[in-house]
Amino acid sequence: MSPREHFALRDYLDPGLKGRTLSDARHAASLTDIADHTCLRGRLAELSGRSVLLSVTSQFLASLVMLEIDGIARRMLLCPPDLNADHLQAIIEDAGIDAVVADLPERFSASGVALVVTAGEELKAAPRAQTERATEWLMLTSGTLGLPKIVGHTLEGLTGAIVAGGPERGDQPVWATFYDIRRYGGLQIFLRAIISGGSLVLSEPGEALADYVARLNQKAVSHISGTPSHWRKLLMSGAASAFSPKYVRLSGEIADQAVLDGLRQAFPSASIGHAYASTEAGVGFAVNDELEGFPAEMIGSNRDGVEMKVVDGCLQIRSRRAAHAYVGRRAGALTDSDGFVDTGDMVELRGKRYHFVGRRGGIINIGGLKVHPEEIEAVINRNDGVRMSRVKARKSPITGAIVVADVVLADGCDASRGNDIKSRIIADCRATLAPHKVPAMIKFVDRLDITAAGKLARSDA
Amino acid sequence: MSVRLKIVSAIEQIAAEQHVVLPPLEDNLSLHETGFDSLAFAILVARLEDDLGVDPFTMSADASFPLTIGDFIKAYENVPA
Repeated sequence: MSPREHFALRDYLDPGLKGRTLSDARHAASLTDIADHTCLRGRLAELSGRSVLLSVTSQFLASLVMLEIDGIARRMLLCPPDLNADHLQAIIEDAGIDAVVADLPERFSASGVALVVTAGEELKAAPRAQTERATEWLMLTSGTLGLPKIVGHTLEGLTGAIVAGGPERGDQPVWATFYDIRRYGGLQIFLRAIISGGSLVLSEPGEALADYVARLNQKAVSHISGTPSHWRKLLMSGAASAFSPKYVRLSGEIADQAVLDGLRQAFPSASIGHAYASTEAGVGFAVNDELEGFPAEMIGSNRDGVEMKVVDGCLQIRSRRAAHAYVGRRAGALTDSDGFVDTGDMVELRGKRYHFVGRRGGIINIGGLKVHPEEIEAVINRNDGVRMSRVKARKSPITGAIVVADVVLADGCDASRGNDIKSRIIADCRATLAPHKVPAMIKFVDRLDITAAGKLARSDA
Repeated sequence: MSVRLKIVSAIEQIAAEQHVVLPPLEDNLSLHETGFDSLAFAILVARLEDDLGVDPFTMSADASFPLTIGDFIKAYENVPA
């Protein structure tokens, strides 16, 4: 076999590994011979060298298309399912899109993109395509306000943490994720499933959590990832009791001690780890000691080629796994002149460990004092009567704003104990936080909204 | 419970949370002498807004903050709830 210049996803699919599947509730495909099939009705060659927008409804179909067009298209832009249609035209122009792959092609009839290729879940046999180039992978940031940023990655950068981790040993893993695979956190699981072997179980659009978890059980999922909000939701649903994954991973939000402890209780034999990653900075690091935050000695260079520093309390990362650029007409610089990505995530050194305290952009101002809602939520969540919480600012004619908290009680926690729990939360907060950070009001709510990207919705942040 | 009683009860609750020892809440006690800081007053006004449905200090642009307990209670009693 002659040395190959570029590797694409198809080149990682080992035809010798049998029994690997990609599935959702209604479809299943064999990963063993998927490279000998097409979901594009044989029109792959038309996408050669094109900048392709990938807009399909299901994660299952998105997987098929990614596997097929990687290494053929010049660029592929992954549209998450919640993409605001008002932003589509600007994204098409910014990314220089000249082809669309869609399951609902009529949506693109007025887009000005001449080439629209229809994708469908039915696979047809087709000659295995030869990888032509290293496709640029474009992802969208998950900011809830305004136009998302387009972030450019290479497959090599996206898979840096996977290849560094080496192939999976022992039984073939069965992968799943609460993220959408068109988001950075979900894409990591998709890529791990393709590259490290094993199978992947995807959720359906709009599928109820309990139904997805039932399938995870049925398919004996061993490795699963999600945000702390996804996991809190699972712990609250009562669906976790029948589920026993071996490897549980959290990322995308601050993993506080309460959610780590909650998962340990729910999954006594699982390996539980939290990872730091972002669409821009890539996978930074993983922490496996089941404690919140990360050891201070991780600052500096580590052996995976990731370098971290803290500047004005904010984590900065230089890494080969980071994105290489923002893409678009008004795109700013992704890194500083030394190649560091400013993550916007604020950390605080306590003893020998750094703790995440919140987003720089999410700071609320209480009478001139800065407060990170996440720092207060972490203290509230430690109370064993609490499942999750959201802290926000409320306007005040006296101090400008005060801190208030919405709290979801843990299962089996009787609302009649409300006053008792409120007093304990306030006492805990007073014991560990500055006075202006102690919630002035605590309201019990049935649920807290989670965004399509799996993060706690902070409408006022 | 009357508006006055609700206000007094909210003040006592916050004083307990903030470990503030209150002097007797006479009408002519100046708010400064209660031992409450601005944060404690901010909490009080927010809780009373939820409880009584009014915040007399943001409702009118020319509202000036009262100086005594009596004035503070009057500000709530004078607002149609």
